[in-house]
Amino acid sequence: MIELKNISRNFQVGDQIVHALRDIDLMFGAGEYISIMGPSGSGKSTLLNMIGLLDRPSSGIYRLDGLDVTTLDDEAQARVRREKIGFVFQFFHLVPRLTAAMNIELPLMLAGIDPEERKARVAKLVESYGLKDRADHRPEQLSGGQRQRVAIARATIMKPSVLLADEPTGNLDRATGHEVMRLLEQLTEQGVTLVMVTHDHENGNRAQRQINMEDGRILSDQRKGG
Amino acid sequence: MIVRDVIDFATRSLNSARSRSFLMMLAMSIGVASVLILTALGEGARRYVVNQFSSLGTNLVIVFPGRSETAGISPGMLLGQTPRDLVLEDALAIKRSSAVMRVAPLAIGGTQAANGARNREVVVLGSTADLLPIRHMEMAQGQFLPQMDETTAAPMVVIGSKIRQELFGVDNAVGNWLKLGDRKFRVIGILSSQGESMGMNSDEMVIIPVTSAHQLFNTQNLLRILVEAKNRELIPRALKDTEDIIAARHGGEKDVTVVTQDAVIATFDRILGALTMAVGGIAAISLAVAGVLIMNVMLIAVSQRTQEIGLLKALGAPPAEIRRLFFAEAVMLSLIGSVIGLIMGEAGSFIIGKVYPTLPVTTPLWAVVAAFVTALVTGIAFSVWPARRAAELDPVLALARR
Repeated sequence: MIELKNISRNFQVGDQIVHALRDIDLMFGAGEYISIMGPSGSGKSTLLNMIGLLDRPSSGIYRLDGLDVTTLDDEAQARVRREKIGFVFQFFHLVPRLTAAMNIELPLMLAGIDPEERKARVAKLVESYGLKDRADHRPEQLSGGQRQRVAIARATIMKPSVLLADEPTGNLDRATGHEVMRLLEQLTEQGVTLVMVTHDHENGNRAQRQINMEDGRILSDQRKGG
Repeated sequence: MIVRDVIDFATRSLNSARSRSFLMMLAMSIGVASVLILTALGEGARRYVVNQFSSLGTNLVIVFPGRSETAGISPGMLLGQTPRDLVLEDALAIKRSSAVMRVAPLAIGGTQAANGARNREVVVLGSTADLLPIRHMEMAQGQFLPQMDETTAAPMVVIGSKIRQELFGVDNAVGNWLKLGDRKFRVIGILSSQGESMGMNSDEMVIIPVTSAHQLFNTQNLLRILVEAKNRELIPRALKDTEDIIAARHGGEKDVTVVTQDAVIATFDRILGALTMAVGGIAAISLAVAGVLIMNVMLIAVSQRTQEIGLLKALGAPPAEIRRLFFAEAVMLSLIGSVIGLIMGEAGSFIIGKVYPTLPVTTPLWAVVAAFVTALVTGIAFSVWPARRAAELDPVLALARR
């Protein structure tokens, strides 16, 4: 459960103050599927980074599962990120020198989980994402779709409650884009909150809840079929 | 993150930039190796000199004629006087000190030695029976100069092993006559071969009673007086007594130089020890250079891996963890570089030892430890900044870049 109250984010650019987010109030429930759309510079990526604890608001309160995370220090925020939030990026961001399996294992390693358990969990996930024969390949040996599947596996291996996707299909062709979208949508059925930033209206319209942003403000917040 | 994973992760990233890692390691190992080799050389020189002095004898006090002044000129020189020479009576007088065990006067000269048609130039040492125990010399055959009145001349000679070989060949030397200059001496003993010490090779000299030497070279002067104190504790008293006795005999003028061998050894020990440290310190600069190189390369690595760092942060790595990862890389590089450097240094010292067998080249333990620790500390110290830069990267910017 995500709760944003009066969230603002200002940047100082030269002697000008840019308001990337202005008084955002939002509530996302568990298992919700949300798309955030809007032109470049509308603040949608800043909002996503804010929810992902990669950025701190200038003012306002952000509660994640009831916990006020805005006041936590870096160390504690990192732990929240590790345990509750998964990221999927447009450019995949796989570590090039590590194999697919190792990339998926990375969050478990950072969490200090026992190697035996790690191997078992990675093997299971690799199997269910259909990456079994690609597990020992490096990212450069994988296709775009495979890379994004590896990235999604990495984002979900810690069983996060929130999955944040920034243009997840932006670098994929239509067919693989659809494939990746279906994969993400399946996750919401398991109770994961999916927040997706996209330019693509076709993708955006698939979400049950669609938020339109402009100039750091929310223009519209619509739910499908109601 | 568990330690094994940190090491594993660092190893992989070092492996992925192999030539970079290799160069950093090379710089580190050259630094360590040069510290080791240079200190080994310095230490070898120190030991060489100390050994040379020790072979002169123990508990020695040495008297030189003339005063060595460190500043100014002595009053005697203003009056046109030269310092008084040392004579045999000075040596005999020193024996009166209760701190003194033995005294050996030393007169020296060069002359022609001949046995029939075979002849060569020799160094002739005029001394007394006590020279043998003072200088720790040993006899190969026959006997040394006997205890007798030092003021009487006697036509007897003790010869070095090389002289024996060259002038007598396979003939029996002991009991035969040897002509020194225009006088005949009977060979009473042969010194066992001892090699060189302080530029004097006992194998190539002959020893005759001091008064015989004075007659042979028509002089009264002594080159040195060697005084052996009864024990180590009595060295300062022997030194003072010697100074007093000679001053009393020279009209109150302290016109001789009296040094203890310990002081000479200690001085050389200090000078060469300092030299070793200095040389090692200069070599340590190369370690600092290696450290700067490591810092430079780590900074490049941080900027090249900006995205990876951003990703790690997004995956929930706290800043301390990122710091630790970059730290681990630097430490591992320094560690491996140091170990290679140690091996290179020891190998280098070993080769130098083989090329110059007379030099006792060994790397002192303190140098090994110091080089190793310095290498590690520079490696770690110079990676603090890059590691901090990595940890402080803004993940939003790091991930946005492409």
